[in-house]
Amino acid sequence: MGLTKGSTGLNAIKEMFDVTLESEDDIVVALAGNPNTGKSTVFNSLTGLNQHTGNWPGKTVTNAQGRYDYNNGRYIVVDLPGTYSLLANSVEEQVARDFICFGNPHATVVVTDATCLERNLNLVLQILEITDKVVVCVNLMDEAARKKIHIDIKKLSALLGVPVVGTTARSGKGLEELKDAVEKVAMGKTKTNPARISYEDILSSSITEVQPYIQDKAGDRINSRWVALRLIDGDESLLQSIDNHLGFDLTRDSALQKKLKNAHERLTRDNITMDSLRDTIVSCIVRKAEDIAGEAVSFETKTHNKLDRKLDNILTSRTLGIPIMIALLGVVFWITIQGANYPSALISQGLFWVEDRLTDFFLWLGTPPWVHGILVSGIYRTLAWVVSVMLPPMAIFFPLFTLLEDLGYLPRVAFNLDHFFKKSCAHGKQALTMCMGFGCNAAGIIACRIIDSPRERLIATITNNYVPCNGRFPTLIALATIFIASAAGAFSSIAATLSILAAIVLGVMITLFISKLLSKTILKGLPSSFTLELPPYRKPQIGRVIVRSIFDRTLFVLGRAVTVAAPAGLVIWVMANITVGDVSLLTHCAQFLDPFGRLLGMDGYIVMAFILGLPANEIVIPILIMSYMAQGSMLELDSLQAMRQLFVDHGWTWLTAVCMMLFSLNHWPCATTLWTIRKETQSWKWTGISFLVPTLTGNVICFIVAQGARLLGLA
Amino acid sequence: MNDMLFALDQIPVGAFGRVKRLIADGGARRRLLDLGLIRDTIVESLRKSPAGDPIAYQIRGAVIALRSEEASKILVEII
Repeated sequence: MGLTKGSTGLNAIKEMFDVTLESEDDIVVALAGNPNTGKSTVFNSLTGLNQHTGNWPGKTVTNAQGRYDYNNGRYIVVDLPGTYSLLANSVEEQVARDFICFGNPHATVVVTDATCLERNLNLVLQILEITDKVVVCVNLMDEAARKKIHIDIKKLSALLGVPVVGTTARSGKGLEELKDAVEKVAMGKTKTNPARISYEDILSSSITEVQPYIQDKAGDRINSRWVALRLIDGDESLLQSIDNHLGFDLTRDSALQKKLKNAHERLTRDNITMDSLRDTIVSCIVRKAEDIAGEAVSFETKTHNKLDRKLDNILTSRTLGIPIMIALLGVVFWITIQGANYPSALISQGLFWVEDRLTDFFLWLGTPPWVHGILVSGIYRTLAWVVSVMLPPMAIFFPLFTLLEDLGYLPRVAFNLDHFFKKSCAHGKQALTMCMGFGCNAAGIIACRIIDSPRERLIATITNNYVPCNGRFPTLIALATIFIASAAGAFSSIAATLSILAAIVLGVMITLFISKLLSKTILKGLPSSFTLELPPYRKPQIGRVIVRSIFDRTLFVLGRAVTVAAPAGLVIWVMANITVGDVSLLTHCAQFLDPFGRLLGMDGYIVMAFILGLPANEIVIPILIMSYMAQGSMLELDSLQAMRQLFVDHGWTWLTAVCMMLFSLNHWPCATTLWTIRKETQSWKWTGISFLVPTLTGNVICFIVAQGARLLGLA
Repeated sequence: MNDMLFALDQIPVGAFGRVKRLIADGGARRRLLDLGLIRDTIVESLRKSPAGDPIAYQIRGAVIALRSEEASKILVEII
């Protein structure tokens, strides 16, 4: 192990990649692989709950790390971004490449998809060029068996020259074997002999020109043959990374530049241009992958993808594709609305029963009224509202949505909608970032990294907020249910569903319109190239989906909401109970905002609820209820009917509900999202624009709707 | 035998093409190569999206959707 595992490596890992090691003996394992290979499932199965993900689970866009113990060794698993290649076309590829190359992991596990091995081998071969401490994990063996695809693991291992393990990560099959293989490679017990790509002679002699010099400079810290090849190929980003991680600048190294020039001259003499050089390099890798797959993989039937094709015929059909998409979304919302009613009432009854007991307790203690006010009427009641309003819809919506995601439906959405994005000069993958936005806009913004072009990434970032996130669904659902649905009688839940669908379709249309507007004004440009993989459909593991979406998503989002709701409840209570003159601070603010709110079809309290809801959209409705109730009309709020009464008592009409729904769809992003935008764009300017654009849209739309309805005498 | 080359987006759904030439350069070419679209790769045109563009292709065992801008840069002979 010696030098390569020395302190340089560990320090580099700690500083550059933000990996936390508890001791010098920790064994670092990098997890690489194509997207959609179940890499995250392998990660989850290996590390269990011993992990922390900094972002939306399931979509690794920043490094996530976890830990597992095996045979007295402690293994730190670093989940790298999913990539198809390491030839650095995108930020993710660069992150993955740099970690494998400079992070000096003790072993790199490459997760591959058994049903699509040839394409996956491309990445495997590229990684084998950088490091020989590799274990290949052929995942989704069950899917392959179902499709009657046979993979000869032993032969594959012999051909690649590294250990290969077949797994079905979602049922845990093969993972012990994987851990064992990782241990042996990390400890140096397994000697690997990685398959190297034999480049054509002319390329090999150019490599020989440059390699010794690199070897001299960097020693064993880096694979000199690979670096030489990358430099001849003109990979500028690698030079930068070498400078960052190894601490020497090769860009101004004249001896190296001279050698590179010689190599290029030699190539030019043989009529090889930079483009054809790249062709040759890639062709060598692809052919090798083709050969290996040809030997190790056999298909029992020619029609192994028949079911996928049939499903695609329906789900992306010319006539039915888009209607089915909207209907599916509708079904998800209908189930959410229908299913959430009952548990929501039950939870709030329970929590308010507890509130009464808490009140009794404080009376018994004899504390001053303001202590009870702050703790119970302020903090506890807001928390109770957030939990009872949010928990049931989330606990239903997230599993359903995760089910669609697991099935592989989301890329089909992007496929169906791409044409519209192209017309708006935006990127097709924006549809995917919007789908992520349904869960959480901050997650949607991070997901924008999958878009390579900076211009299109900014468009996707600025417009992500037009997709209502999970924090805003409860607002939309509550308002739709109590104002629109109650007018529809027996068809109430259908009416509520339709109005939420309408809000989402409107959000998508606004997204497209604003994207086009941005493309024509401050972000001028043409749509850049776009490729989208439509992965095979997978049978979702229902039990796993439920557990994962409840733990990873529901509790995560709820936890965040609760943390901001507690201080917000405190602020509201204090504002409602500190009086200036003879009116409370809350009423002062609301009255100040009232004319503006009226202009937009709402009132001052609603506008203030949105402003105070900046930390998280989930608390907008609870704040509003608190402020209305703090006005003196204290009542037991144990049903949506009571909530409707409270709102009507404060002068609400259907127009107020519609305008509040519209404003909820179009207003500033929450604080977390803004902070994420700042981090992702590294710019206050674009953060400001991301704040202003949706806010202006909301003001304009609400103004038009409110004034229009009043002019027409509708409200 | 057949010297006729077609842009990939022009071949009918259900047809197979053999890649002969890429008329893209720089980053666009790199991205196409990364999909495995090297010379003599066989590509099947699978289906059109509801609006007719993009089109999904079967490339080396994976299903990849390409917009007409990219697909038109891939010249194939129909087989």
